[in-house]
Amino acid sequence: MALDDRKMTATEERLSSMTLPDVGCTAKAREAALVRVRSMGLPGRRDEYWRWTRPDTLVQPEAPEAALFQGDEVPFFSGRDRLKIVFVDGVFDPARSDDLNLEGIQVDRLEDICCTDDHWAEDLYGELEAAGHDPVDRPLAALNTAFAGDGVAIRVMQTPSKPISLVYFHESTDSDVFLHHVVRVETGAEVTILENGPAAARFNKCMEIDIADGGTLHHVRAQGRDHERRAVTHMFARMGEESVFKSFTLTANGVLTRNEVMVELTGDNAVVHIAGACMGDGDFHHDDTVFITHDGVNCESRQVFKKVLCNGATGVFQGKILVKPDAQKTDGYQISQSLLLDGDSQFYAKPELEIYADDVACSHGSTSGAIDEEALFYLRARGVPHGKATDLLTLAFLAEALDEIDDETIAEEIYERLEAWLSRRRHG
Amino acid sequence: MLEIKGLKVKLEEEDKQILKGVDLTVEAGKVHAIMGPNGSGKSTLSYVLSGRDGYEVTGGSATLLGEDLLDMETEERAAAGLFLAFQYPVEIPGVGNMTFLRTAVNAQRKARGEDEMSAAEFLKVIRAKAKTLKIDADMLKRPVNVGFSGGEKKRNEILQMAMLEPKMCILDETDSGLDVDAMKLVSEGVNALRDEGRGFLVITHYQRLLDHIKPDVVHIMADGRIVKSGGPELALEVENNGYADILAEVA
Ligand SMILES: Nc1ncnc2c1ncn2[C@@H]1O[C@H](COP(=O)(O)OP(=O)(O)O)[C@@H](O)[C@H]1O
Ligand SMILES: [Mg+2]
Repeated sequence: MALDDRKMTATEERLSSMTLPDVGCTAKAREAALVRVRSMGLPGRRDEYWRWTRPDTLVQPEAPEAALFQGDEVPFFSGRDRLKIVFVDGVFDPARSDDLNLEGIQVDRLEDICCTDDHWAEDLYGELEAAGHDPVDRPLAALNTAFAGDGVAIRVMQTPSKPISLVYFHESTDSDVFLHHVVRVETGAEVTILENGPAAARFNKCMEIDIADGGTLHHVRAQGRDHERRAVTHMFARMGEESVFKSFTLTANGVLTRNEVMVELTGDNAVVHIAGACMGDGDFHHDDTVFITHDGVNCESRQVFKKVLCNGATGVFQGKILVKPDAQKTDGYQISQSLLLDGDSQFYAKPELEIYADDVACSHGSTSGAIDEEALFYLRARGVPHGKATDLLTLAFLAEALDEIDDETIAEEIYERLEAWLSRRRHG
Repeated sequence: MLEIKGLKVKLEEEDKQILKGVDLTVEAGKVHAIMGPNGSGKSTLSYVLSGRDGYEVTGGSATLLGEDLLDMETEERAAAGLFLAFQYPVEIPGVGNMTFLRTAVNAQRKARGEDEMSAAEFLKVIRAKAKTLKIDADMLKRPVNVGFSGGEKKRNEILQMAMLEPKMCILDETDSGLDVDAMKLVSEGVNALRDEGRGFLVITHYQRLLDHIKPDVVHIMADGRIVKSGGPELALEVENNGYADILAEVA
């Protein structure tokens, strides 16, 4: 189908100022990705998939400026024993990073991936993204594959002793950043990947994840709360037999966030949980778009998204479970809920099931509501002040999403941070 | 302790008068019982005293130890020493029972300018009190009242009362839905708290609770008023003859 003129013009306008970077041995993948961008066109306001999220500022040639957040809080995961890989406005910073050698894993910068013994990273770069446009186009991911300036290839051969922690600093008010990571978890290995930080004024990140049979990936991400930052992220995961992928994302503020997650359960008996907790207080927009394809027998998928919104914040959830004809005994669950703390906030949800197998159990639900007045009265009748009671109920609302984090100490850290944010909000 | 004078209450949303002039004084150290037909306004009285939304006080007053209750926020009333054991305890998914209680205990202490209870001390105290009410560790960990049976919810109310050590306890049909054993546990829990400095207002339909928690005064409420007050024998009269005779007598 020919692109409409407006879309073509916007796409070419964006591309006109960009040149394909020469990084590692990704040239072929980048050229192919550029062709995909041109044929799909960058997202426009009239695209059904962008019905509730305006893509304009993600597409326009110049990144809108984003003031740096003057916070005094300690970055997430500080003090935790981890392998730190730091990017400042999208550029790897060896000085702030740890030594990348860690037993069981191999970490290479994109520019070095040709030096690796085999070509797994080169092969994976752009592969899952290219396969991830059916049935919905994700042109901003293709744009990322074409133009990513930096990123890492992480190969997990054996379970490492500590989490790998990707840290993104935002230090320039007009940084426009593309990062692209590829991750392969080999058979039987288990790893935790952490991500945190605001990253850039405009951040486009893509992560391609290949989990071999019996591999396990835990992913916990805390997206920075710089008020004016914009982010569009894609995770493409391909999962083998009996593999496990558990991902949790905390999103707080940020003028615009669109997180897309695409998972392809290709092997039997695999388990994927994608969860998100989001807190928007002000003119912020958070969009979680998830697409899970069941193509193996007896796989389990869960999507759990909770959004707390107030003072004009908007939450969006688009989640789909697609069960292919042979994916019998699929267990699919999806819940998306918003807690609207005032009348100024909005939540849009589009839960979808598309099922072609007959022996499956899939359920989904979506709700939007205010604080439970009965519960609030009960707490107050026991002496808990109104504000504190509201916080407790807000945290309780988010709990189901936080429960998806397997590591209790990480879950606790996130819970405590949320608690502190809520209390600070009350006390100014 | 608790002094209610000519209390008149209507619904906020509708033009419906529910309490039509309630007069009631509960002295420290005493147990007062309120009985009365369904819909006579007993729960409404307990809610209005606790400060629940949806009601409008159109006349009268209520004070706790001389302080104007009706002028306080719900949480301030609790900190001042008022406790309501709910007829229908509320389920709060996602809030652990223990967290809930500790938050409540410390919030009240803070409001009164007292030191907070340490986690260790709290744990010690709650374990001991839970044990006497046959509340196991699992119930303490679970979200507040979620998945609790009717009896467990009521025992949990009494546990909260025991932890908060209020001055004035209002129990709204705490006996409903309890079997004989649970009734005994709950009554023992209440009796353990009976004290010179504490007042009780026990709302019930049945004499059998009052066999365990012996009241000093029994009131009959009908159509938004206390229509008759007397000693424990009044409860026996209700048990034997129902409300019809009493209501006919005062009509
Ligand atoms: N929030 C409310 N909305 C509508 N009607 C109410 C409300 N609260 C109480 N009522 C009405 O007020 C009357 C007294 O109710 P209640 O106090 O629950 O009585 P009791 O506890 O004595 O059975 C009843 O007619 C009841 O239907
Ligand atoms: Mg009642």
